[in-house]
This record gives sequence, C-alpha cells and structure tokens, in this order.
Amino acid sequence: MTSPAGVVVVGGGQAGFSVVSTLRASGYDGPVTVCAAEPHLPYQRPPLSKKAHTEPDGPRVELVPESFYGERDIDLRLGDDVIALDTAARTVLTRAGTRLSYDHLVLATGADNRRLPVPGAELSGVHALRSLDDALTIGRALETARDVVVVGGGFIGLELARVALARGARVTVVELADRLLSRAVSPELEPRLRERHERAGVRVLTGTAVQALEGTGRVERVVTSHGVLPADLVVYGIGAVPRDELAREAGLEVADGVVVDEQLRSVTDPRVSAVGDCARHPHPHAEGLVRLESVQNAIDQGALVGRRIAGSPAAYESLPWFWSDQGDVKLQIAGLRSASDDVLLVPDESPERLAAYAFRADRLVAVETLNWPAEHLAARRLLERHTPVSAADLAGTTLRALARARRTAEVRT
Amino acid sequence: MPTVIFRSPDGTERKVTAESGTVLMQAAVSNGVEGIVAECGGNASCATCHVYVAEDRSELVGPPGNVEDEMLDFTAAERRPTSRLSCQIQLSDALDGLVVHVPEEQV
Repeated sequence: MTSPAGVVVVGGGQAGFSVVSTLRASGYDGPVTVCAAEPHLPYQRPPLSKKAHTEPDGPRVELVPESFYGERDIDLRLGDDVIALDTAARTVLTRAGTRLSYDHLVLATGADNRRLPVPGAELSGVHALRSLDDALTIGRALETARDVVVVGGGFIGLELARVALARGARVTVVELADRLLSRAVSPELEPRLRERHERAGVRVLTGTAVQALEGTGRVERVVTSHGVLPADLVVYGIGAVPRDELAREAGLEVADGVVVDEQLRSVTDPRVSAVGDCARHPHPHAEGLVRLESVQNAIDQGALVGRRIAGSPAAYESLPWFWSDQGDVKLQIAGLRSASDDVLLVPDESPERLAAYAFRADRLVAVETLNWPAEHLAARRLLERHTPVSAADLAGTTLRALARARRTAEVRT
Repeated sequence: MPTVIFRSPDGTERKVTAESGTVLMQAAVSNGVEGIVAECGGNASCATCHVYVAEDRSELVGPPGNVEDEMLDFTAAERRPTSRLSCQIQLSDALDGLVVHVPEEQV
C-alpha cells in the first residue's frame, strides 16, 4: 500500500515525535519526514517550566539521541518548518524552499502563547515560556532578578513562580480570575493549593487585572487594577492559541484548532491528520469537541495516528491526564471535570495529601490530587477501565484501595 | 562511568554507559533504549519507566521510596519484589555492571 511520497509530519514536538517513532515501531517502511521549526532535536517540554532552569549545565531534555532518527530512516529537517500546504496537489512547501509530496500529512504544529495585550509588553525583561530557548532566557534572567511578577495563575505561571521563589526572588502572581487555575482545577481544591503557595512565600493577587508594564527600556513596574508592583522580571502564562494558520490557509476546517474526527483525520480532508495541542477533536470523556494541551494527549494522539497510517485504525479515547510540579506541590488530574459536577474533597491521613473527586450523576468522572501520585494512578486505572465508582463507594476508603481490590478480583477470575 | 545493561522481554540486551550521578531513566532515554517510556520526564508522576532490577544487585540499588512504593502498585506490567521506577535510581560507580529487565508494557 505504501507509495513513495510517504508521511510528512509538520512539527518536531512531542506529538510529531510520537507519530514518527510509532510509525517505525509499527512496521511502516515508507518515507518519513519531520519538518521542525526549531533548531533543536525534538525535546520534552514539561521540564522547561518545572526544573530545567535550575540545572547548572543546561537542561537535558531531548527525547532521543540524534542517532535514533538515522537508524530508523527518519528525515528530520530541523529549522525548516512548513510555510504552505496544497491539499489538492498533496504537497507542502518548506521555509528552505523544498516542495515535499505526501500520502499522509500530519499537522503537529502545537500552540503559541497568547500575547499579553497591554502597553509595555514589548519591554525587555518581559518573557513568555514555550520553547527551550525561552526557558534558557528565563533561567538566565532569574540569576539576577529580585522582584518577579508572574502574570497568570495557571500551570505555567505557578510552576515558574515557585522556580523563581526557589532562586531567591520576591514573587507575586497576578491572576485576572477570582481564583488560581480557574480552568483546570475545581473551586473546592483551589483554596488548598493557594494556601500552599502563600505559605511558601508567594504573594497571590486574584481578581486583579494587569493594565500596563512600565520602565525605561527594561520593565521596572507592573500597573494593576489594585496598585503598582515593582518588577525587574515579568513572566506571563495566560493561555495558548493553536497554530492552525497553515490548515486554515489550505481551506481545512478550523475552529480554535484543526477540526478532526474520532480518528484524528481532518473533517475536510482525510489525508491530513492533526495531533496534540493544535487538534480539536471528539472525545468520549467530553461533551462536544475539545482541544487538550498536555503531554499525555500529544503522545497518545501521535501514537494513534502512527498506528493508523501503519494499518491499525482506532478511535481516540485515551483518558486525559495532567500534572504540574509547583515547588513542593505535585498537582495531578485524571479525567475531565465540568463545572456542574459534584466535588467531594477528601484529605488523606497525611496532611500533605489531598484528593478531590468529581462526580456526574453519582459516577466518578475526574480526580484531582495534591502530592498523592498513587491515588492519581489508581484514578487513572479505574477511569480508563470505565469502572463505575460512586460517592458511597469512596466512604471511608481510597481509590487506591478500590483499585487494588479490583485488580485482585481480576487476577482471580 | 558505570555501565548498565537493559534486558528486553525478548532477551536482547542493550549496554549503556552513563556518568555517575545520572538517573537510570535518563540514561535509557538518552541512549534510545526501547520500552522505557518516561511520559513525565522523570518526575515520579506516571510510572512508565518501570524496571526490574536483577536480584543479585537489588540490595545495593535499595528499596523504593514511599511515594515510589505506592506508585509501583499501578505499573502496567506486574509488580515484582525488585520493581523500581528507573527515574528514582541514581547511578554510581558501585552500580557498574547493573542489569535491569525492561517489562513487557509501560502504559
């Protein structure tokens, strides 16, 4: 079935890497090309905001050594992203001017940071974090920064806040919403998380808008709706927008992400797939179409498309999970919660650990944990297997105990 | 520079040399060892870098920490007495020649 044009993957992040490594592991022997915008070997992004700055010799984040690509006959084109897509001719044009034909095209273009829409955002000393180069820049800035203002109380903002605090800076987090992580965690869990950050020494200002950044050439202060904060470094993380211009310009359906079907094929052209942060897709755990930004989603979607092209199609239904290391707080989420779910907050015997269980029609749909990886893993096992768990099932016990009992029962049968 | 041998379920072996102080998971990933997934990048969050330490060295490698111990109950492949998460094993010269078995599955 393989014709010479093969598979072209646009994007050298975790999702794109997952596509090509899975293609080869699944026995696909046609041509495989990756067009990556950045000059670096494909690397892991999660460590960039968590600990990469603190490593004295620079972060070691590459996914695999360079030899991996040669050994598997993968044409990895670094620093040569795709600038045009012609779906009728089934070709792409790279920045270097090469035209490549494809049988299957996979868009793994990721997302860009939402820009900070205030005066002064272009001042020196103001940074967003997405790439390895961004992480290195912020890491260097933290060597001398004294007053750090973090704009945005989401995953990246809180991770960076704790990194900056550990480096000795005074840190203020400014969040527009009335709570931290308002899109990611339940209102029941949030006060406990906030308390940990404040106890560690992070100043948290919620319900506060950033109005301007001011300074002479370099940022010196942040003007907010509740006063002026001194700042010699501002980092912001206020959400991401999918990189879907290529698809839109090519006439593919786009709606805050490339719209794909349950097998992650473009609804406009089945020879084009989209995976990772740039894909908007149906999911059995979601109502309507969703776009997920997580390393799990990038890996699993890439693998699904790799296997499909190699001859084993399937619908995408991996359980979504997320994690964030924020100083001494390890936040993990399994499943997708919606605002109308009932949340049960359960502290463990250990005061450091906490779980929030979300129920929909008395059925467990998502679990948020603080510093409790075993409970998180148990939640994943139960949710993946669609094991019904009600609030009554959790009275006086843990998911860990339920999952172990379930596992024992499986072994017996 | 300790050398570690990763043995796959099919019996093939991969010999990897890494600097003392390197985490075993990172040594595997940097050398393209198949079967060490390490979804979370070594933060003890995912249990996808599970290995079985060869019995003769398991005492030297030591037991899992508390969090790791709980996580090992949920690895994709069965837990055994010498199960460890490779992201929690730091290599040293004393571990030169260590053999670890890569499980059948990680996710």
